[in-house]
Amino acid sequence: MIEISHVNKWYSPSFQVLTDCTTSVTKGEVVVVCGPSGSGKSTLIKCVNALEPFQSGDISVDGTKVNDPKTDLPKLRSRVGMVFQHFELFPHLKIIDNLCLAQQKVLDRSRDKAMAKGMQLLERVGLKEQAQKYPANLSGGQQQRVAIARALAMDPIVMLFDEPTSALDPEMVSEVLDVMVDLAHEGMTMMVVTHEMGFARKVANRVIFMDRGEIVEDAAKEDFFGKPRSDRAQKFLSKILSH
Amino acid sequence: MFANLDFDVIRRALPYLFFEGMTFTLTLTALAALGGLVFGTALALMRLSGFKILGRVAGVYVDFMRSLPLVLVIFWFYFLVPYIGQWVTGASRPISVGAFASSLITFIMFEAAYFSEIMRAGIQSISRGQPAAASALGLTYAQTMRYVVLPQAFRNMLPVLITQTIVLFQDTSLVYVLSITDFLGAASKVAQRDGRLVEMYLFAAVVYFTISCIASFGVRRLQARIAIIR
Ligand SMILES: Nc1ncnc2c1ncn2[C@@H]1O[C@H](COP(=O)(O)OP(=O)(O)OP(=O)(O)O)[C@@H](O)[C@H]1O
Ligand SMILES: [Mg+2]
Repeated sequence: MIEISHVNKWYSPSFQVLTDCTTSVTKGEVVVVCGPSGSGKSTLIKCVNALEPFQSGDISVDGTKVNDPKTDLPKLRSRVGMVFQHFELFPHLKIIDNLCLAQQKVLDRSRDKAMAKGMQLLERVGLKEQAQKYPANLSGGQQQRVAIARALAMDPIVMLFDEPTSALDPEMVSEVLDVMVDLAHEGMTMMVVTHEMGFARKVANRVIFMDRGEIVEDAAKEDFFGKPRSDRAQKFLSKILSH
Repeated sequence: MFANLDFDVIRRALPYLFFEGMTFTLTLTALAALGGLVFGTALALMRLSGFKILGRVAGVYVDFMRSLPLVLVIFWFYFLVPYIGQWVTGASRPISVGAFASSLITFIMFEAAYFSEIMRAGIQSISRGQPAAASALGLTYAQTMRYVVLPQAFRNMLPVLITQTIVLFQDTSLVYVLSITDFLGAASKVAQRDGRLVEMYLFAAVVYFTISCIASFGVRRLQARIAIIR
């Protein structure tokens, strides 16, 4: 579903943020990406839907090369759901309109159809009653669930998550993780940057560990938690699990 | 000094002052603000587009307009437009442009320079995550601007935009150089005709002051409301 091969990216000639990253996510797979701050996790995941350009290597999603200038990027992105650390709901639009905007403008769905789909998804994330409110009136956990619903409204073939719970108060983390776990159980293909190792243990198929722009470890969940091969991953794990 | 003032002259001139003068002033203000906002937003988008040449053209335009006194722009534009029109259309004689059209175009072009700076600040005040989220949903650049960035920039900047429009409202009185009957023009015509300069100019000042004050008060209420929404 996602093929990442030998991707290199520089922010400036002297600063290489991604070094020879190669991995893949197959259909129905849940891959967790972790690593220390600044290791390039966000950058890598943003390269997948071309929100960030990269200088060499290839990434393809469902067979479409994202770094091909001929690729219709808006069309490709509409099939790749993305959830951000800071939710990024559109504050000037009601919750329901946050869910309808792209359905109507990108997928050309009628207002009625978009609304029906939106309400169905709000119900699914337990927020039907909030449809007519504005994002500012919702808690962080609620906003993030809306953001997930907004991405799902486009019927994506894969979902990308960039630290979806790290901006949340601790008591709201689980309400968002529950939605993600359900999604994983339904067979959604997911690439998730997170430090929530409980989530990784529960639903991940593979775990990728990044450090200084490199994929240091790319292993099945059991192997990763059982005994990471690299020192750096071991140190990182023991640090994070001792919290 | 005030003993022999005749304020009745104002009462008698009211219909003329408001139906002719103020109507013109408000029409010019509204149309110039609207046109200036549209043109100014276009300039702001040019400057932020990432295309160097477009940005430079818009930048030079804005700097040029902002370094000229408005009254000179009005004056020169009025005299030059017929010749520019002639040159553009290739006509044999200078094109006649009415004083209203000429002043409207001037104000739109002049205000656009100021509105563009306001809209630029408004666009830049929006976090980069917003356009990123819009793109991630599949919206094109134009759609992202149209539905996500510009509405927020406009809303955030509304108090500043209105404040600039209040300035514009006062500046429209400069059309007197074209002997147009705006509110001030009407007041001054009556003043000359009846020899009641003090009364009329005093009254004009009070009217400009009152309207601007009410508008400013509205802006402050609006600011408080926007602060709550955000
Ligand atoms: N637009 C940019 N220009 C220059 N450098 C950048 C830019 N964006 C990110 N970086 C740098 O690139 C590196 C990797 O950033 P990235 O956001 O991918 O890390 P991350 O692994 O997601 O970290 P975090 O856990 O803090 O989110 C960091 O050192 C960051 O400072
Ligand atoms: Mg990050």
